[in-house]
Amino acid sequence: MTSSEVLLQVRDLVKYFPIMRGTLIQRQVGAVKAVDGISFDIFRGETLGLVGESGCGKSTAGRSILQLYRPTSGSVLFEGVDLVKLKGEDLRKMRRRMQMIFQDPYASLNPRMTVGQIISEPLIIHGVANGKEAQERAEELLRLVGLNPAYTNRYPHEFSGGQRQRVGVARALALEPAFIVCDEPISALDVSVQAQVVNLLEDLQSQMGLTYLFIAHDLSMVRHISNRIAVMYLGVIVELADRHELYNHPLHPYTQALLSAVPIPDPVIEARRQRIILKGDVPSPINPPSGCRFRTRCPLADTICAEQRPEFREVQSGHWVACHMV
Amino acid sequence: MPEILQVQGLETQFRTREGTIHAVNGVSFSLKEGETLGIVGESGCGKSVTVMSMLRLIPSPPGKVVAGKALFQGRDLLTMSDEEIRHIRGAQISMVFQDPMTSFNPVLTIGRQVSEPLEVHMGMNHKEAEDRVAEMLAKVGIPNPKDRLNNYPHQFSGGMRQRVMIAMALVCNPQILIADEPTTALDVTIQAQIVELVKRLRDELGMAIIWITHDLGVIAGLADRMAVMYGGFIIETAPVRDLYAHPTHPYTIGLLGSLPRMDEAGSRRLVSIDGLPPVLLEKPNYCPFAPRCKFAVERCWHENPPLMQVSPDHYTACWVDTETGRERL
Repeated sequence: MTSSEVLLQVRDLVKYFPIMRGTLIQRQVGAVKAVDGISFDIFRGETLGLVGESGCGKSTAGRSILQLYRPTSGSVLFEGVDLVKLKGEDLRKMRRRMQMIFQDPYASLNPRMTVGQIISEPLIIHGVANGKEAQERAEELLRLVGLNPAYTNRYPHEFSGGQRQRVGVARALALEPAFIVCDEPISALDVSVQAQVVNLLEDLQSQMGLTYLFIAHDLSMVRHISNRIAVMYLGVIVELADRHELYNHPLHPYTQALLSAVPIPDPVIEARRQRIILKGDVPSPINPPSGCRFRTRCPLADTICAEQRPEFREVQSGHWVACHMV
Repeated sequence: MPEILQVQGLETQFRTREGTIHAVNGVSFSLKEGETLGIVGESGCGKSVTVMSMLRLIPSPPGKVVAGKALFQGRDLLTMSDEEIRHIRGAQISMVFQDPMTSFNPVLTIGRQVSEPLEVHMGMNHKEAEDRVAEMLAKVGIPNPKDRLNNYPHQFSGGMRQRVMIAMALVCNPQILIADEPTTALDVTIQAQIVELVKRLRDELGMAIIWITHDLGVIAGLADRMAVMYGGFIIETAPVRDLYAHPTHPYTIGLLGSLPRMDEAGSRRLVSIDGLPPVLLEKPNYCPFAPRCKFAVERCWHENPPLMQVSPDHYTACWVDTETGRERL
């Protein structure tokens, strides 16, 4: 399923959002350090899961990779081309190869366009198809995602959440991209409908050889769908490994706590489980802790953790971790 | 253990422009002293409306409780006077809501809000109430509780606000705590903190809990007994271990099968339930799950199954024995 060919190479990616003060003369007084130096590879045909709690920067990371936010620094090599350096027409051409599926199927579809228009818009913009041809392609895409092709003239409000998310998937597939960022594609859906959408994403991946970056906060779902998983905390990746390796041998204390906090739908197992309960809340990304970002809540924290930022290093083949104590 | 709450045949409807929504269609359950009951179901299945109806918190119009009883210590909450139910709400039965940001008053201090039930229900003066509030805030794990009495809700993080909400609900030592999706808006590590806190307080204070959720994971480690709702009906109820080990209703089976489990090594295909939850514009005279059900037989389309006993404490509302695939007699 996974070849070792690298599709996407992210190196030291940084995205800061400036905080401005003043009404007439604006000056920058600080920055939200949403993503603060992350590096990883995504292989062709695989699903890389990116997990973390709200505000850890996982969505910003996804958007910075696609250049929906222009990164503050760092590089994103897509099939060897650095997207960060591209501009204008060159970047627009690359956008055909990478798409996004958004979290909220209610907010990400234009309510005044029919589903057919929504799905064929990327085809028209990129000059791939027009008129009747685009219409036919939209019908074909609707069929592909399990919707009735006769629905092209309906508006988004006529669909349920799960069906809208299928429309979002069809739109993302219109230009036959190689890479799709799925930003929490199922968290707005009901449990029984989530499985429908996940199965669809898996089927499409095996049919079309797609590569996914699957962003989510639900660790059980990420384990189900991903080949490898990266864990983010406060703007940095703290651990990255094969999904079974990460679950069976988590090395970073944050990963360990996160895994132990996830409830398992089985009362017999739940009764026996020992939880690592983290103290306190996630600090602000405006003024993150010095050294290791996690040290303020870490049960293992020592003096070195406050002084030095831990290096993100490969401790075993394919298992990366950023911790002084490992 | 004696039962402190019995809900019988509860029905609630809402009048809307599209027609009457039959949100709750005859729900019966009971709660024993000190017991934790989990009510699970997807959005719109009627789980919140059930408890809101019971406490007379449904805005009317458009909502109306059209039938049923809710007996608390033998007295019907639905027919007692407004004055009487006010003495019960917040004192003997209290509630924790999903979103701790919108359920506090943003312009009053935490101290003022948490002490209000004490002054109203227990007749404490301000000083006594504040001491008790500080004690309660310490109990739910708020550092420096005395100093934080003068803080406003926005000065607390999401997890801390939910702790304050729990303190407010428990400050009068209620016999029943109703928690409506209290951890849904929180991150997993914070959710684990809150669940752990509620378990500890339950052991210390001994109140009964009704915990409403759509998350079958959280409730597995918390509840004694479960009720699964669908389309305004309870469709299966059983002790928690029995329900997870031997689900009998096709909806419960589907729901459990559609969840990926973090402790699962293989990558089995998720079981998805085809179709969509029902629109409740009419009270169905057939099984509300029949349109999505793999087991449905002729009878399911004519007659809505009542809860039937399948083992000593396990009831299910299905005409088909899902183990054998044969119709129940």
